Amino acid sequence: MSNFFSKAEVTSSGRPVLLHNEVECHLLSAVDLEPEDHRHFSLLKSGLLILTTHRLIWLPSYSASTPTSASAIPLAAISHIFSSKKSLKSVFHSPRIRFQVLVSSDGRVFDPSSGSGSSSGSGSRSVVVTAVIRGKGDCDGFLVKFWDSWRARAWETTKTSSSGSGSASGSGAATGIGGGLYSSDGSVRMVGVAGILRKEQEMWESTDKSLQDAFQDLNALMSKAKEMVMLAEKMRQKLLSGTSSQTSGTNDEDMGSKEEMQDWLLSVGIISPVTKESAGALYHQQLSRQLADFVRIPLERAGGMINLIDAYCLFNRARGTELISPDDMLQACSLWEKFDVPVMLRKFDSGVMVIQNKSHSDEEVFARIKSLVTKPEALRTGISPTDAAMTLGIAPAMAKEHLLTAESKGLLCRDISPDGFRFYINLFPEIDPCNMYFVKDYGICSTWIKAVSTTGLGIGERSSTFR
Amino acid sequence: MQKLGDFKLPHFFNYPPYFTLQPVRETREKQIQLWKELILDYCRTQKIFVIRLEEEFPLFSNSVIERTLSHEAREAFLSALVAEGRAEWLDKGRRNCLILWHRIQEWADIIVNFVKDNGFEDSVMTVEEIRLGIESRGTELQGIDRTILVRALKLLEHKGKLAIFKGTSTDDEGVKFSV
Repeated sequence: MSNFFSKAEVTSSGRPVLLHNEVECHLLSAVDLEPEDHRHFSLLKSGLLILTTHRLIWLPSYSASTPTSASAIPLAAISHIFSSKKSLKSVFHSPRIRFQVLVSSDGRVFDPSSGSGSSSGSGSRSVVVTAVIRGKGDCDGFLVKFWDSWRARAWETTKTSSSGSGSASGSGAATGIGGGLYSSDGSVRMVGVAGILRKEQEMWESTDKSLQDAFQDLNALMSKAKEMVMLAEKMRQKLLSGTSSQTSGTNDEDMGSKEEMQDWLLSVGIISPVTKESAGALYHQQLSRQLADFVRIPLERAGGMINLIDAYCLFNRARGTELISPDDMLQACSLWEKFDVPVMLRKFDSGVMVIQNKSHSDEEVFARIKSLVTKPEALRTGISPTDAAMTLGIAPAMAKEHLLTAESKGLLCRDISPDGFRFYINLFPEIDPCNMYFVKDYGICSTWIKAVSTTGLGIGERSSTFR
Repeated sequence: MQKLGDFKLPHFFNYPPYFTLQPVRETREKQIQLWKELILDYCRTQKIFVIRLEEEFPLFSNSVIERTLSHEAREAFLSALVAEGRAEWLDKGRRNCLILWHRIQEWADIIVNFVKDNGFEDSVMTVEEIRLGIESRGTELQGIDRTILVRALKLLEHKGKLAIFKGTSTDDEGVKFSV
């Protein structure tokens, strides 16, 4: 059974790879996608349906035992969306969204981005696809957004904008020659200081107008928001009271209705209010995966370990707007334990928290530290966090954490003096208190003694004259 | 091999971390052990009975590597000796420490042997004579700290080996042996 739909690319953390200018609009969980002809094509069961400005993306659920690949339907291939029929039957089973999709000659979804055939040529046949919403998402809201995105045809504006800028520069060149305040097409020309002022004026006016429009919507939103907040509070109270009164018999029911309310609130746009239990809420899950993706490159640059605070700053800067709070960051990182992502959060004894690759090995770092600290120079004067940072290729603060961890494992000893904070290889284990003057022939103590005694002979000074 | 006076120092005396109180438990325990032995050895050979923390003590500094034990470190090592019964704090502020490189019982045994060796079984001596007299020259008792001597004598008195009494001279006590 082959796949009816086009393949969608997915990152290593399970997030969809978006196209240029593609923006996510809505999510629904536990959705089945059934092409009409499911004798020849497999149906996709119980996945995450993501509506974007360009596509409908279906991601397999993360707990699926058989790996099915992520699929997508370009909105450009959709020829019609059916309005939802409210019948007596629809009350009793899961809501459905049905739409018609253009199909190419092999019976699979027509992909307008591929070069095969013209847009109206080979995609003449259409097939009905049904999305069965088994989860508790807002089906009607999704449908509305679906219509909006489909009608907006965002995938076409990228072409028109590039051609539009071409024509603008063309007309600009034409009016370059010849004088007069009015150009050939009658519009006022922008000449001299007056022209600059007029241009500014026009810019202000258009900005003002668009702001006004925006604020219109915003005012409407604000009045709704007040109602929403009150409703959300009521819901929250109900949810909280639900957790405190726990009777053994009705536990399952309570969990079901609680999830329902959480999902409902989520779809209206209010983030899950029961923060301690919102590990199940979609927002934090998606944020967690997005963060895992993002942090990969900074991790590589930083040598495999990055301070949590640094990662937080980088992440928010990349997001631009829609900044996340430190709490969100911490939660997103804590969720990584539940998913199969290649990064993890780690807390050192000193309290410093870092993000590190799961493949990062402490043993390997200790081996490198050990080889660094047993070099003759290091045996004589020890190493500082800066020395370690240069050798290990990581930030000095991270290097210090590694040195402290190595110390706690008994590999190193600290030396605090006016010269600063330095570390030496730990000699103590080899020394016997009952036999303090005895030095083993091939142990680390004898190596150390040899290294230290060469300075007395002036070998260090001698080599410096060979510059 | 480095020396402090005529005292031979172990090789790790030039190891800088030896002079920094180590935070890691296992390492610190080893460090404390080594310092305890070193302090007792040094005091025994140099006949030092009291260490005053606020004064300079040659063992606590190493000019070759330019390191000195901090006050905290000194207190830690001496407290470890006290806990083992090899030292005692002379004041509540822990500024002065009496070092018992021989335990009081050992000193008592030394006194008994001294008495027997010199035939003083029934004699009378002053405390100062025991410390600085001709007979004690060349023995371990020579120059013994007075506090320690009196404690050892009191221990022996308790066992009935001697009797301490206030002498005729105003500032010294006498001892009558009945070993």
